[in-house]
Amino acid sequence: MANYTENELAKDLENQEYKFGFVTDIETDTVPIGLNEDIIRLISSKKNEPEWLLEHRLKAFAIWKTMTEPEWAQVHYKKPDFQAIAYYSAPKQTKKYESWDDVDPEMKATMAKLGISMEEQKRLTGVAVDFVMDSVSVATSFKEKLGELGIIFCSFSDAVHEHPELVKKYMGTVVPTTDNYYAALNSAVFTDGSFCYIPKGIRCPMELSTYFRINAGGTGQFERTLVVADEGAYVSYLEGCTAPQRDENQLHAAVVELIALENAEIKYSTVQNWYPGDKNGLGGIFNFVTKRGICERNAKISWTQVETGSAVTWKYPSCILKGDNSIGEFYSVAVTNNYQQADTGTKMIHLGKNTKSTIISKGISAGKSQNSYRGLVQISKNAQNARNFSQCDSLLMTDECGAHTFPYIECKNPSAIIEHEATTSKIGEDQLFYCKQRGISEEKAISLIVNGYCKEVLNQLPMEFAVEAQKLLAISLEGSVG
Amino acid sequence: MIKIKNLHANIEGKEILKGLNLEVNAGEIHAIMGPNGAGKSTLASILAGREEYEVTEGSVEFDRKDLLELSTEDRAREGLFLAFQYPVEIPGVSNVNFLRTALNEIRAYKGEEPISAKDFMAKVREKSAIVELDSKLASRSVNEGFSGGEKKRNEIFQMAMLEPKLAILDETDSGLDIDALRIVASGVNKLKSPENATIVITHYQRLLDYIVPDFVHVLYDGRIVKTGTKELALELEEKGYDWIKNEVDAN
Repeated sequence: MANYTENELAKDLENQEYKFGFVTDIETDTVPIGLNEDIIRLISSKKNEPEWLLEHRLKAFAIWKTMTEPEWAQVHYKKPDFQAIAYYSAPKQTKKYESWDDVDPEMKATMAKLGISMEEQKRLTGVAVDFVMDSVSVATSFKEKLGELGIIFCSFSDAVHEHPELVKKYMGTVVPTTDNYYAALNSAVFTDGSFCYIPKGIRCPMELSTYFRINAGGTGQFERTLVVADEGAYVSYLEGCTAPQRDENQLHAAVVELIALENAEIKYSTVQNWYPGDKNGLGGIFNFVTKRGICERNAKISWTQVETGSAVTWKYPSCILKGDNSIGEFYSVAVTNNYQQADTGTKMIHLGKNTKSTIISKGISAGKSQNSYRGLVQISKNAQNARNFSQCDSLLMTDECGAHTFPYIECKNPSAIIEHEATTSKIGEDQLFYCKQRGISEEKAISLIVNGYCKEVLNQLPMEFAVEAQKLLAISLEGSVG
Repeated sequence: MIKIKNLHANIEGKEILKGLNLEVNAGEIHAIMGPNGAGKSTLASILAGREEYEVTEGSVEFDRKDLLELSTEDRAREGLFLAFQYPVEIPGVSNVNFLRTALNEIRAYKGEEPISAKDFMAKVREKSAIVELDSKLASRSVNEGFSGGEKKRNEIFQMAMLEPKLAILDETDSGLDIDALRIVASGVNKLKSPENATIVITHYQRLLDYIVPDFVHVLYDGRIVKTGTKELALELEEKGYDWIKNEVDAN
């Protein structure tokens, strides 16, 4: 925690309007706006997809047309005009890069601004990055090294071509096309994403990381991520998001599916700082994401998220604990400031015997924002000895913000033990004064107090991610006490 | 060290300090005693920079600077330390992380480099011994789950770590059993030097058996109404505050 010095904070705060608000000037190849079967065919053909995938898309589109946008979340926004969005935008570049040197220098500069220079990444960190910029994966590193272990880590498009049997077998098994409005939309128009497969008994030796970024104005980003850990495998997967500053709201509707087979473990960490809109609530990303994992016998899935961005967030990373003795975990910090709205939480579906789940949710509301936790703990009839512990804390920074908690518990087996703890507190003037009396500035005091409050969640993140997350928290909450 | 002249202060329109004068020099220990509601804790809060209080008149000079012009954090960085009557809990923030942040902020203010991890830990070990603070407490969250006595010892530990010029102990003896009182007092005595000064705010004479003051002041109705030596404290213990009140009211 002490790694982050005051100077760094000061430097960050200078840019804190929105640090990643720049637009990369690269020619993009964008399909006409609107959504119909022809557009879907066009996307599919541009991506040179096999027939089965086109059929999958068209079927999803047909289902989507029959569905209505959900309204149950505690968020208010002007619904996107789905006919006013361009559904595909790829950097204009016909051939795949042979090596890192072939990558467009502008794009490299973008990555440098994001602080993920590939050179550095390659040399120093040992993190394999699959960088997704506007839908097409432009560079994949460490592929070979991972390949030696039989680990597949590539863009979703590549997986469709190179490992169609795996994609076909697992895609849509956790989040079916019919699951919800946005999942159906994603299934129809998804452009790219990441695919990861860890073979039987392999422990992935490095953290796998994808950076998403919405770049071209007015395009939605529809990511598809599929992570499969075969029997006894382990993987830690990092997802980071930034988006440049735009005035109109942009839609982000991703689908993430995790599959942990017997004795496997998947750790999925997200730091999300999509553009949240300006201080008057103008602009910002709509983040409507479906994330879900399934655990077979003795498997474990752990979701960790630090969410500071997006104008509107609608997101519930969930676990289906299908196999006996499987474990699901959800650790979340959600920060909202200004006019941001977040409705986020998790679902823990206990199907197997002796299944365990833990939910730790820390909401922080500042400005005039609204922050809701919504979670479901469901114990099915056959889930003998299921165990759940939930803790939902809310921290209020001002008198004008709101924190809401919507816990749902459905228990059909009397042997279950379910615990739920919830607290709401306002950041203490007394705590701030105490810190200041010891010589600590207000900004740093807030950062200390908030990081302390989120510690249980931040501790779950891999080291570098935790440092980044701490900075984000400090930046997001600058000058927010009132 | 500190010169308080004709200090008047309000909270929510109510005047609490009504022309308080006090001068403390380096190397001295001053005790401020007085009945409930006299303004003892208000004085501590105003010196530390609590915003709820409004200073309407008077001046405070601290180490040749106008204290009232400084922000709370700058007062601390200039070397003013308040040992809180009710130390605050900060969950999830370890004592050492908290102190290291504070120490480095003070050092940065003075244009010094941050302390190295090694020097810092050596300092933690050295200073925690002064108040017999278990080193485990140093790694626990600030005051979280501490007993009343541990919280007060932790305040003195922080004081030892930050090495202030002027320490104000606000009712540090309240809620302490006799053993904890002795430990806290002996910590304060060990930290005494010709360069620093201490103001001990207390209700009871008991603490002054262990921390021997050079001067004892009686604060009543927003003013220092009597100043003496340790004997004054004993007299107060014996007679209570009424005779002072009567004396003041008679004038």
